[in-house]
Amino acid sequence: MNMGRAHWLYLAPALLLLGVFLVYPSAETIRLSFFGPRSETFVGVQNYVRAFTSRPMLIAFRNNLLWLGVFTLFTVGMGLVLAVLLDRVRYEAVIKSVIFLPMAISYVAAGVIWRFVYAFRPAVAPQIGLLNAIVVGLGGQPVGWLIERPWVNNIALIVVGVWVWTGFCMVIISAAYKGIPREMQEAARIDGANEWQVFRHVTIPFLKSTLAVVTTTMIVFVLKVFDIVYMMTNGAYDTDVIANRMYNEMFQFSNYGMASAIAVILFLAIIPFLVINVRRFRVQEAVR
Amino acid sequence: MKRKLLLKRLPVHLIVIALAVVWLAPSLGLLVSSFRPRQDLLSSGWWTAVITPSQWSRFTTANYRDVLTQQGMGRAFLNSFLITVPTTLITLTIAALAAYALAWMNFRGRQLLLMTVIGLIVIPLQMTLIPVLRMFNAFRLSGTFPGIWLAHAGYGLPLMIYLLRNFFGALPRELFESAFIDGATPFRAFVRLVLPLSVPVLASAAIFQFLWVWNDLLVALVYLGGFEEVAPLTLRLSLLVGSRGQDWHLLTAAAFVSMIVPMIVFLSLQRYFVRGILAGAIKG
Repeated sequence: MNMGRAHWLYLAPALLLLGVFLVYPSAETIRLSFFGPRSETFVGVQNYVRAFTSRPMLIAFRNNLLWLGVFTLFTVGMGLVLAVLLDRVRYEAVIKSVIFLPMAISYVAAGVIWRFVYAFRPAVAPQIGLLNAIVVGLGGQPVGWLIERPWVNNIALIVVGVWVWTGFCMVIISAAYKGIPREMQEAARIDGANEWQVFRHVTIPFLKSTLAVVTTTMIVFVLKVFDIVYMMTNGAYDTDVIANRMYNEMFQFSNYGMASAIAVILFLAIIPFLVINVRRFRVQEAVR
Repeated sequence: MKRKLLLKRLPVHLIVIALAVVWLAPSLGLLVSSFRPRQDLLSSGWWTAVITPSQWSRFTTANYRDVLTQQGMGRAFLNSFLITVPTTLITLTIAALAAYALAWMNFRGRQLLLMTVIGLIVIPLQMTLIPVLRMFNAFRLSGTFPGIWLAHAGYGLPLMIYLLRNFFGALPRELFESAFIDGATPFRAFVRLVLPLSVPVLASAAIFQFLWVWNDLLVALVYLGGFEEVAPLTLRLSLLVGSRGQDWHLLTAAAFVSMIVPMIVFLSLQRYFVRGILAGAIKG
């Protein structure tokens, strides 16, 4: 359709902002990653070498990997279980709201909520944190959930992430689940399949592409995870993650070269998953 | 028969309800604690206040008065609005104009431009922080509202343009043809036809952008950090955690203040909210 040549007027504000806030800074960050802390001396790939060899970064990589496995497994797994189970109860909508609610609040608020759940006091004092009260009530010793490294504290942080994101997985998977033709499942049951077999051989194959989208979305989140760790421990006791390292290199150590290199590493790690996701975006469009 | 079905379903009910309780308990603890006096909070768990009727009269709103007036959460509440509302309007207006051109105007390189804009979705914020911060310092935009409006708008645009273009592009061609026969200009068609027909997608996009900015910590931390008078709720709350980390009577009330608006949006506009969240999930 011919609408004249005014299109640049419509596009100009967007292109200006995209150029200023995304295109130019990204190119500049790539350039800075080859320079020293104050961006004055060219240091080649030294920042990258340090990023892959220094102990704090290696711990951050390990933690992101831990997040990748545990967080993704639990959010997607519980989202799937909830989607299937909730389809069988009449109060589905209420429970869904409850599980989805944490998606609405900030990670900062979620951080406060969970710091309170994990609150830790010596055994002589009354426990005001829910989790330690349960542990003590069962006859155990109070646990420093955010202090005990390396597994307890990292898992404690991951639990916060799972609490926030399971609702998201549940909603998307549930929408796809309701799209499965009921006759398929009924037919399988009439042929003598038990519930597990129906789930395994009818439900799962149908949900495959949805599960793929949800999984890649979770992986992208994991790679960028920042707020939860910043709020709960700021990386103390070996709980650091890549994005928080980048922030600290930038503000705590004013090492802009190193911070830029970490940003580029983060970017390169994310690209493949986001490309898959944007391509599969249509699946999400279809469920809405 | 019915009884047998109920028995068979019992495990399902138990699992589902148990999970819901587990999910709700942390937030409930926050809410209850925010109304308890400091001494009570430190001497017993919040659950004892719930199950002991004699303690109910001790609930107080003093913590809220304290955080809103003494701890700067009142000012931060206003700041969050002053940051979020203009950002949402700016982002949506600019994105809608661009999406309209990308959907309905013919020009060379349109497809390439569209692919480039969508491609920008993959860039994580971290890639932009240092150069933008330097730019802001040079132009004295650090610690100002216009600075953070523009930054959030820039970061939100790729996804917004993508969402809106998809919707605009699906509108029927005949609509435009008849409008132009009647002598409408492209801009008039945009305002009178496209925007009214796109209210659902505009609502989803607006809610997503609003909540994203409201709940953001990183962008505020980098571009507004150190300027307390413009700090939004998230930033103020994170500072409180740093300075008063054990004062649970303040932290719980402050956290709840920061959650009120998103909760209201969630409960009243759930449909649009869920759509917005689903659509926004691919944001880089």
